[in-house]
Amino acid sequence: MTDTPTEPLKRTPLHAAHLRAGARMVPFGGWDMPVQYSGLKAEHDAVRTGAGVFDVSHMGEFRVTGAGALAFLQSVTTNDVSKLRPGRAQYNWLPGVQGGLVDDIYIYMVAEGEYLMVVNAGNIAKDWAHLNAHTAGFDVQLTDESDRWGLMAVQGPKAAELLQPHVNVDLSTKKKNAYFAAKLFGFGVMLARTGYTGEDGFEVFVEASEAEPVWDKLLAIGLTPAGLGARDTLRLEAGFPLYGHEFSDTIHPLSSTYAWVVKDKAHVGREHISLAPAHKLIGLRLERVPVREGYPVKVSGHVVGHVTSGTSSPTLGHPIAMALVEAAHAAADTFDVEVRGKDHPATRMDLPFYKG
Amino acid sequence: MTNTPSDLKYAASHEWLSDDGTVGITDFAQEQLGDVVYVELPEVGRVVEAGETIAVVESVKTASDIYAPASGTVTAVNDALTASPELVNSAPYEGGWLFRLDVTGEGDLMDAGAYTSANG
Repeated sequence: MTDTPTEPLKRTPLHAAHLRAGARMVPFGGWDMPVQYSGLKAEHDAVRTGAGVFDVSHMGEFRVTGAGALAFLQSVTTNDVSKLRPGRAQYNWLPGVQGGLVDDIYIYMVAEGEYLMVVNAGNIAKDWAHLNAHTAGFDVQLTDESDRWGLMAVQGPKAAELLQPHVNVDLSTKKKNAYFAAKLFGFGVMLARTGYTGEDGFEVFVEASEAEPVWDKLLAIGLTPAGLGARDTLRLEAGFPLYGHEFSDTIHPLSSTYAWVVKDKAHVGREHISLAPAHKLIGLRLERVPVREGYPVKVSGHVVGHVTSGTSSPTLGHPIAMALVEAAHAAADTFDVEVRGKDHPATRMDLPFYKG
Repeated sequence: MTNTPSDLKYAASHEWLSDDGTVGITDFAQEQLGDVVYVELPEVGRVVEAGETIAVVESVKTASDIYAPASGTVTAVNDALTASPELVNSAPYEGGWLFRLDVTGEGDLMDAGAYTSANG
């Protein structure tokens, strides 16, 4: 055996605040992140019925500027960035040059010729290299601002009500995917009406040095701190694919139900996306036994796919899973999932499992 | 503070064993696992060696193997966990017990003091 030197885990600007709150910390995408504070189910339920706050500062931010910023973004993404207007945000994909996705991302339009791109934490270095490899011929500058920003996701049906008294903007005028400057508790922030839980909410971009006081004030007005555990059960109930599970460099992106993210335009890797996917992402419901990533999915005793994400749904009270199965079997109503050598019946459920 | 009764013996892998051969997981272990949603119990009559995987406790997030703290034969399993797996969280030393063994030989077990020091 040899000892492989490992990089020390990175810390978000809220690391000390998590330790103070008694969070259980785990390595995630190279970061030391809170997986839970009071308990996964309590945090999950707080986001479904009240409001919670997640530290998502580990995600990456790239600023894209220049007269050719739009043309560049059009060429490296699948969605139509020209539909964006200043103050609007859009979900988008970075297709790969050999199929699959480099990442799934959010693009926020700041002004003409200026955009902010938010990328997955574990993909920051890969995305940065990919984007820089495709700038030739475009009048565009890329800036990695990942260390500049603290990012918090305030999520839940009571998010707007709880934030409103502390923000200098009428939140009722800000619809889904709005992106705007505001003062929050007197701190200058950017707010986006976006999120990853299936609930209403806001993502709060704050200078890293001001993240901790803003976090403390968010807890003080009644937001429940929520960790990666609840973030995963919430996003799975909402049917949201997660990079590294439902998306990857090798999974055909149209296996998911997100065909709308691909618009008819020229872009990197278009020839791969135009091919029909061999697999489809489906939802499964089980009665009792939770199923986990990698478990085989069968039809009539034959393996036709595997589970990509699985959990016991805190809201629905039974196990749920997403699975990639051969396209020919994707319309079947019943499957079996093999758990520790035994087959357990599963029924197909439409995604999302839960609608807020 | 987690509860570690002094009349039980403990495995490093967080199972407890009582004098009558009853096995469960510790208060410390259930707290680490979080909400238990499913328990897979062994067949009655199964002969097991100490240290062998014998059951699985699943929380919302993960599946955790349970190891036999002693060698012996399974004489009973806690059927109440089929309908109420959360008993493992709420009563790890009482209603949340997992199975009972006719013990033929104990594994490497600790007393409550040693287990508490190891997981302080």
